[in-house]
Amino acid sequence: MSATTLPAIATAAERPPSPWPQRLANAGMRCLAILIFIGIWSVVSLGNQYLWKFFNPVLLPTPIDVVRAGIDAVQTGELQANIIASMKRVIQGFGIAAIAGVVVGLAVGTWKPLEKLVEPMIELLRPIPPLAFLPMMVLWFGIGEMSKIAFIAYAAFFPVFTTTVEGIKYVDPVLVRAASSLGASRADLFRYVVLPAALPSIITGLRLGFGLSFFVIVAAEFIAADSGLGYMINDARTFFMVSQMLLGAVVIGLIGFVVNILLRSLEAWLLRWRVATRG
Amino acid sequence: MPMQATRLPAAGRPKIDIRGAAKRFGKMVALEGVDLELRENSFTCLLGPSGCGKSTLLNMIAGFAEPSAGQVLVDGRPVQGPSADRGVVFQEYALFPWRTALDNVAFGPMLKGRSKSEQQAIARRYLSLVGLAGHEQKYPGNLSGGMKQRVAIARALANDPSVLLMDEPFGALDAQTRETLQEELLRIWEQDRKTVVFVTHSISEAIFLADRIVVMATRPGAVKQVFDVEIPRPRERSDPEFVRLEREIKLLVRAEVQKLGVI
Repeated sequence: MSATTLPAIATAAERPPSPWPQRLANAGMRCLAILIFIGIWSVVSLGNQYLWKFFNPVLLPTPIDVVRAGIDAVQTGELQANIIASMKRVIQGFGIAAIAGVVVGLAVGTWKPLEKLVEPMIELLRPIPPLAFLPMMVLWFGIGEMSKIAFIAYAAFFPVFTTTVEGIKYVDPVLVRAASSLGASRADLFRYVVLPAALPSIITGLRLGFGLSFFVIVAAEFIAADSGLGYMINDARTFFMVSQMLLGAVVIGLIGFVVNILLRSLEAWLLRWRVATRG
Repeated sequence: MPMQATRLPAAGRPKIDIRGAAKRFGKMVALEGVDLELRENSFTCLLGPSGCGKSTLLNMIAGFAEPSAGQVLVDGRPVQGPSADRGVVFQEYALFPWRTALDNVAFGPMLKGRSKSEQQAIARRYLSLVGLAGHEQKYPGNLSGGMKQRVAIARALANDPSVLLMDEPFGALDAQTRETLQEELLRIWEQDRKTVVFVTHSISEAIFLADRIVVMATRPGAVKQVFDVEIPRPRERSDPEFVRLEREIKLLVRAEVQKLGVI
């Protein structure tokens, strides 16, 4: 953790620091936007409950109801268990996709004959929404963990793979020349030029892939699961517990938000030279 | 040691020997048979308008391109691909943006397997040679054009090549920076002699720097005329001989530009 914070301070010191009042105002605006959203939600649900009865009040609980459902779910331990179950699947599935996507992407990007062979296959599979394969995955891998992990891995593979290949394709040829005139062998070129040059685009792919993993895990847990946030939402639907359904959605949103911040700061640290270019 | 025998050319043998080297891209002739002999530790400028094949010729010496006919020999052996013994400086700097100035310069020594502390010591020495002591930890994105080119020159020199190839290295710089870097390049070259081949389209730059100017023809690219510049260094741009030579070459180059038609 300290490794990621230290260089961030160093780069921040090189850029002209934005004045404190301005930063405070920015943060204030963000909070205000969220408060307005919660406010509208409260007004609609409370107004509907007590004033105009436009639809059945059960359909839209108030934010307080959702928080209460959250507290209940935490007290029973159910929420934590579901979060852990979903996260486990995402991490395993995404891990496989990240390794496979980067390795296959690097191989395809650096070796032309392989590109000619693999590219058409990928282009054929890519437009098919991964969800179309979900029922088949369940058939092939059963209703256990395996089918969900495989499904996430399949879905997240594509963005990682494509951005890795793109990243390698757009390596500046003059950098390759410069390195080879300094005595770089093919292996050196790959390690010291191609890989770092492609890194920004690989990281973007990983971030997209992680987002997609979250996206598809919920769907997978709707269909065949006995745990996880998707299961929680679907299970609440059967019992018509709308606040619990909303709770699931809110928790997914919060996790996505936090993970994205973590990934972005990791990206900023790995690509600190690029921050310097902008500043 | 046999290593030294290959590095030191036999007496009278040119360092770089270009024999009838030609380059075609499909039907287009980029360069017609060129014959040139460059002495060891000499400073040669390849001068001409764009499209005269001067960069093509440089790329063949660097090993980035192969001649379609003829031969390019360095130390008596045909060039086969790029080598650490022929350093290249590019117009577009070609620094690794993810490496600091120091790590860019340390790149060659790193590839040669020098220890980390040796790499750093060499890189520091060459950075201070080009006047960049104190800028070691900056990334290329934080350096000006002139500073980037200084790092690129230091990076090429840190490998201690016997040949230094420069492809319009100061072409993207403003006039002031350009003249300063020309002076510094000569200062460095006088301390640390290399066989330099310098591509430019600036006549005054060529006269200021070179022992020998190769004026190139267009359509097809070829050697038009070779001048040996005998004005003692440091050269003054207002020196009568400088001005006379500049006018003479200008007329030659103008004729070549006119062959290109409207540009």
